[in-house]
Amino acid sequence: MADIILKKLYIKVWRQNSPKEKGRFETYEIENISQGSSFLEMLDILNDKLILEGIDPIAFDHDCREGICGMCSLYINGRAHGPDREITTCQLHMRKFNEGDTITIEPWRAGAFPVIKDLIVDRTAFEKIQQAGGFVSVNTGGIPDGNAIPIGQDDAEEAMDAAACIGCGACVATCKNSSAMLFVAAKVSQLAKLPQGKVEAKRRARNMVAKMDELGFGGCTNTGACELECPKSISISHIARLNREYLAAKFSE
Amino acid sequence: MSKIENKIPQGPLAEKWSKHKSDIKVVSPANKRKLDVIVVGTGLAGASAAASLGELGYNVQAFCYQDSPRRAHSIAAQGGINAAKNYQNDNDSVYRLFYDTIKGGDYRSREANVYRLAEVSPLIIDQCVAQGVPFAREYGGTLANRSFGGVLVSRTFYARGQTGQQLLLGAYSALNRQIAKGSVKMYTRHEMLDVVVKDGKAQGIVTRNMVTGEVKSYGAHAVVVATGGYGNVFFLSTNAMGCNGSAAWQCYKKGAWFGNPCFVQIHPTCIPVHGDQQSKLTLMSESLRNDGRVWVPKKKEDAEKLQKGEIGPNDIPEEDRDFYLERRYPSYGNLVPRDVASRAAKERCDAGFGVNNTGKAVYLDFKYSIERLGVDVIKARYGNLFQMYEKITDTDPYKEPMMIYPAIHYSMGGLWVDYNLMTNIPGLYAIGEANFSDHGANRLGASALMQGLADGYFVLPYTIGDYLANEIMTPKVDTNAPEFKEAEKAVTGRLEKLFNIKGSKTVDYFHKQLGHYMWDYVGMSRNAEGLKKAIDGIKKLKEEFWKDVLVPGELNNLNPELEKAGRVADAIEMGILMAQDALDRNESCGGHFRDESATEEGEAKRDDKNFTYVSCWEHKGDDKDPVLNKEDLVFENVELTQRSYK
Repeated sequence: MADIILKKLYIKVWRQNSPKEKGRFETYEIENISQGSSFLEMLDILNDKLILEGIDPIAFDHDCREGICGMCSLYINGRAHGPDREITTCQLHMRKFNEGDTITIEPWRAGAFPVIKDLIVDRTAFEKIQQAGGFVSVNTGGIPDGNAIPIGQDDAEEAMDAAACIGCGACVATCKNSSAMLFVAAKVSQLAKLPQGKVEAKRRARNMVAKMDELGFGGCTNTGACELECPKSISISHIARLNREYLAAKFSE
Repeated sequence: MSKIENKIPQGPLAEKWSKHKSDIKVVSPANKRKLDVIVVGTGLAGASAAASLGELGYNVQAFCYQDSPRRAHSIAAQGGINAAKNYQNDNDSVYRLFYDTIKGGDYRSREANVYRLAEVSPLIIDQCVAQGVPFAREYGGTLANRSFGGVLVSRTFYARGQTGQQLLLGAYSALNRQIAKGSVKMYTRHEMLDVVVKDGKAQGIVTRNMVTGEVKSYGAHAVVVATGGYGNVFFLSTNAMGCNGSAAWQCYKKGAWFGNPCFVQIHPTCIPVHGDQQSKLTLMSESLRNDGRVWVPKKKEDAEKLQKGEIGPNDIPEEDRDFYLERRYPSYGNLVPRDVASRAAKERCDAGFGVNNTGKAVYLDFKYSIERLGVDVIKARYGNLFQMYEKITDTDPYKEPMMIYPAIHYSMGGLWVDYNLMTNIPGLYAIGEANFSDHGANRLGASALMQGLADGYFVLPYTIGDYLANEIMTPKVDTNAPEFKEAEKAVTGRLEKLFNIKGSKTVDYFHKQLGHYMWDYVGMSRNAEGLKKAIDGIKKLKEEFWKDVLVPGELNNLNPELEKAGRVADAIEMGILMAQDALDRNESCGGHFRDESATEEGEAKRDDKNFTYVSCWEHKGDDKDPVLNKEDLVFENVELTQRSYK
């Protein structure tokens, strides 16, 4: 693999010192970035430079850097997780950029995700939605054998498709209404597909949707943008299932 | 030798756990309500423990540094979780899983602990299924299994290449249910910076709120540390960027022993380092070795051409490929345990047969299984891993073999615990990767998930009762007590000290330097000379760090550099202890390879006569050398043999 070096890039980034202070864009120059480097490694290098220049480094969320923890959350050149498909920001590599590019980086923008600092937002709202019903009500212990309830391969696979959600919030950041429907649908649909989760499916759909509405996420207008930007390609067909579950719950009230 | 109280029950191996459970105390529901438990870390071990303790009725306070428990690095485990279910009718059993794990760990773990782990393993699968974890299924609806390294049966349960994610989300959902019920209070973006020992017992922790910078104490009747491993001491590892051993290190500094610090696992299948701009390595699941064949060129000139990029791997004809694992280990082949596979890769690369422009990589080739099974089958099994590889390296593993190289992955060492998972400080527990207990000198694949969940769901919830039963008369812990105020003062003092150095080098500079020492001298092969060099070098690095580190930002605001600075300060000290432990252990076992102790064929040579013990390091003060206590390992059921995978 030949290592191509990007001699110069311009990084235009959202700076905001705290939730209450006003934010602004700042542009920094950075030199000699290998195209084999990841986007976040580029930010590491930029931060090192900023620190030595006496500038507060750019705060951004990241952790596993393997595309699975869902912590990284950058809006790059107008796209959640940047210019590629089926990836998180940490999996984005500099080979997607060219010499001399100006790269614009913003935090997730949504009323329910207030900025904490720079590119870091508060996604506690997602936690609250999960706490409202994203579980099967079983305690530890006293459970039947794992093979006691057969589950068809197709159902298990479909549940897994939904369960692949990493809770990053790209769907919300991408949606023009800041709707969290894909996020909620992923959990509701996963558990509705499995016999273990069916028992309390109605209650779950009702409670999670109610919590989502309460927390200020917008409504879904079926634009499908969330599905396109979801790093795990979670299909909006799960939103359809959520709607069915929700309606069934409402009619049974 | 001093007698160390490990609380291992008497009696036959298979009856120890049942007997112990009936012997230990139980707390009544009315009293559980009065007892507070702190759980630090919410990965598989922490989340499952916090949820289970909450269900039992204890008041739980749980802490994690991430913005959600769902992001703990357990989530990145790909391949699977072992359990002795014998669903495949291939003669698996609790005993076989126990034996494989003891042998895989190169006879440096406790029989009783490992047997218990194997014994509770089937329950974990049942529990996860009940939570809605979408494990892979056969057409008939039963659970599917795959094979992993170091074993001859198929006992690994999996959810595509995202098993850790699905298990963690299961534990997370159980935790969420308790948070909603109010039995668990969750503190995210909080970092534990000290443990508070009062009246000889762990009674709380001091944390920093990572958003506001506030330093605050929390009190409890018991403290459970579930903060994972310390692989990031090496700078480059497969650990998440935030993973750190600091919580365990604070416990060590307050008197908890550190067990086997030199035992770290080097995983054979990681994406190779691409250059000096890298800050993190990515693992490729061990499950890939089920269907991938590992090779390097037979001829040095081919390797050189490959390194220069003059030819590609597909230009090397079959007869010029050296499938060195199949050659050296015919019975296990590509599925030898991790330590063996890693050393074999290093041996080939050091001998000049490595590939990639660095010469530090070997091939993992799927050509043969694609020919045998078809692309669709391979895609169904490993699709997401192949996609991940392609995104990172820009090459298509369906067409060209993957390039892989070993990297630091897991720490078998950790806080010393007794059979109850309690450290030598009463009331202080360590579970999951944070403790030293079950994997000896090498962990088998798909066993970390098993251990984390075994500890959290099925061991700690029982054993902690034995201690808490004596605490029912202890009133709620008062965090205004002088011990707490002193600890807060010390934590704040250290943060201020770090912040006010205002030196000339970034935290990462020091972390990278530390990483070089660790990888070069305390890495895949170690010797006395190198280890001494590492100890001296890291000690100097420590001095330089405390004189010249530059922490920007503000103390009382979100400040990732300040967080990192504290962790690296601890990692530097940890590095010294790891090297000391490696120096003391002049034998090769599992992941710990001493050049001085090898067989003629270059395999690890154990020295059972002198080293069949757990090293338990005891802190004696910052300017004093730590003291080494030894817990003798007693084997009543298995015979110690030279491990062979030939």
